[in-house]
Amino acid sequence: MEASTVISLTLGKTDTSLKRRKLVDQIFTILVVLSALIGVAILALLLFYIILRGAPALNVAFFTERPLPYGEPGGGVAPAILGTLQMLAVAALLGIPIGLGTGIYLVEFGHGRFAEAIRFTVDLIAGLPSISVGVFVWSLIVRHVIGNFAGLAGAIALAIIMVPIVARTAEEMLRLVPDTLREASLALGVSRRRTILNVVLPTARTGLVTGTVLALARAGGETAPLLLTALGNQFFNFDLLQPMAALPIQIYNYAVGPYEDWHTKAWGASLVLIGVIATLSLLTRWATSRSSFKAR
Amino acid sequence: MSAELLGQSRGSSHQGDSLFERSILSLAFVPVGLLLLLVALLWYDAWPALARYGVRFFTTNTWDPVFENFGAAAFIYGTVITSLLGLVIATPLAIGAALFLAAYAPEWLQGPVAFTIELLAAIPSIIYGLWGFFVLAPLMRSTVEPFLKETLGAIPILGALFSGPTIGKDLLTAGLILAIMILPTITSISREVIRSVPDNQREGMLGLGATRFEMIRYAVLPYARPGLIGAAILGLARALGETMAVTMVIGNSSTRITPSLFTPGYTLASVIANQFTEADKEIYFSAIVALSLVLLLVSLVLNVMARVLVARTTRGPLGVRN
Repeated sequence: MEASTVISLTLGKTDTSLKRRKLVDQIFTILVVLSALIGVAILALLLFYIILRGAPALNVAFFTERPLPYGEPGGGVAPAILGTLQMLAVAALLGIPIGLGTGIYLVEFGHGRFAEAIRFTVDLIAGLPSISVGVFVWSLIVRHVIGNFAGLAGAIALAIIMVPIVARTAEEMLRLVPDTLREASLALGVSRRRTILNVVLPTARTGLVTGTVLALARAGGETAPLLLTALGNQFFNFDLLQPMAALPIQIYNYAVGPYEDWHTKAWGASLVLIGVIATLSLLTRWATSRSSFKAR
Repeated sequence: MSAELLGQSRGSSHQGDSLFERSILSLAFVPVGLLLLLVALLWYDAWPALARYGVRFFTTNTWDPVFENFGAAAFIYGTVITSLLGLVIATPLAIGAALFLAAYAPEWLQGPVAFTIELLAAIPSIIYGLWGFFVLAPLMRSTVEPFLKETLGAIPILGALFSGPTIGKDLLTAGLILAIMILPTITSISREVIRSVPDNQREGMLGLGATRFEMIRYAVLPYARPGLIGAAILGLARALGETMAVTMVIGNSSTRITPSLFTPGYTLASVIANQFTEADKEIYFSAIVALSLVLLLVSLVLNVMARVLVARTTRGPLGVRN
């Protein structure tokens, strides 16, 4: 039996001309390669524009001064950079313990339906539209607890966005820790708590750091929930109970404003934001390579 | 002596253990409590508007804060159209890219290309918005939309999609931006799904003399189909809730429902972002929260569906599907 006959029997198709089949295959190959190329090209295009249009905005004042009033040239986005850092720090303090605790629970203690329910909930939170998180935090914190837009409310919104990312990566990383390590530790008479804190967590450290940094990078770029919670601010602010500036909000306000100078600043702030995210990722990679070196 | 020490330490460690386990358990409860509280609170805040307008809230398209007439039909329409548009454009590209990564690319190329496409997912929404606002929208207005109008606009029924003045900040541009943003989501999940197709399926097909296309068409895609649908649904869920990028390119001006994709519109998320801080009356605020409740519930349902489909494909027993 010839191969083509086999194919035609398998496929139940009449078209078995080898030439034609090869042609279809080649066209398909081209389409597949093209789709991958389009993905890569889009990224290149985005980065190209951000660097091209953002670089002219960068100077010392851009990083050290506050935004100036309408139409006045000069000034910078320092309050936004500081605001983003402050909110990220608080969000990390709130979100990392919850995310990490959830991950530890799922791997070390959780069994059966209850753990499945928690895992499912974490997935659902990861899929929440971020604007809904903003509405929720506004309704709960801004309206009922603090009474006005505040950096703390922004940080809480960012923490909610961080929790599922930290939890899921923590779960994956802790699962990679071999059970033999746990058993060895427990067999030595070490308590469960000490085993987790002193054996399991340090072994998974790199992965845990990676997950945390991923979460920070993701939260740092969030805009919509901050518009409803931190609101933004033209001035330096270190009071978490007052409205606070953030880089993404600053980009938005500059972009939709009428001045050419603002538009340049919006691109500049985007370049800074991308730079911060890239630095965070690179730091993680550095940490990853360092500790794997140590482990050897 | 050592026994004594051991006993002592065991006693204290048992206490520490249960305390530790309890605190871990309480941390793990936070996400559950959070989600329940979130849904409950949005429901509570949305109730006045839902109770007052009832079904009208979903079927009418007046949005008039002054006379307190609220109907979200136009926003729901805008959300559905832009998300579907994004999905239709992104899905074939994403599956193509996933096939490239899983079945075509030489090994040395897989890592860098996958990394690049995943970087697209790491770029913040606001930056897509900025790019769409200053680069894509002007390009759409000056070049792409007039071209579409001249070519596709002449076709009888389909042409209605591409009629009217070309503005650049409209449903079509929003759909395009969404397509770019959900591309990495669909690609990375599709890649996992395609990879989970057992090798013997592919090898069997190739062994029968099939071309690579036939192998994919008849051995890979049928097996992967539920997972690929799941990946697309996850992309759709992401598109529905996407806020900033869409807000910046959709025009935010019209509550008309017309067939033309060149109409500026609104999505649920962009209305919330634009008007939330302007809501000066309880009922106005309640109506906006109702929008966010709709968005939340729809995306929860889509997420559940998608996860079930993906999990069934990647973890399912072999040989169940044809």
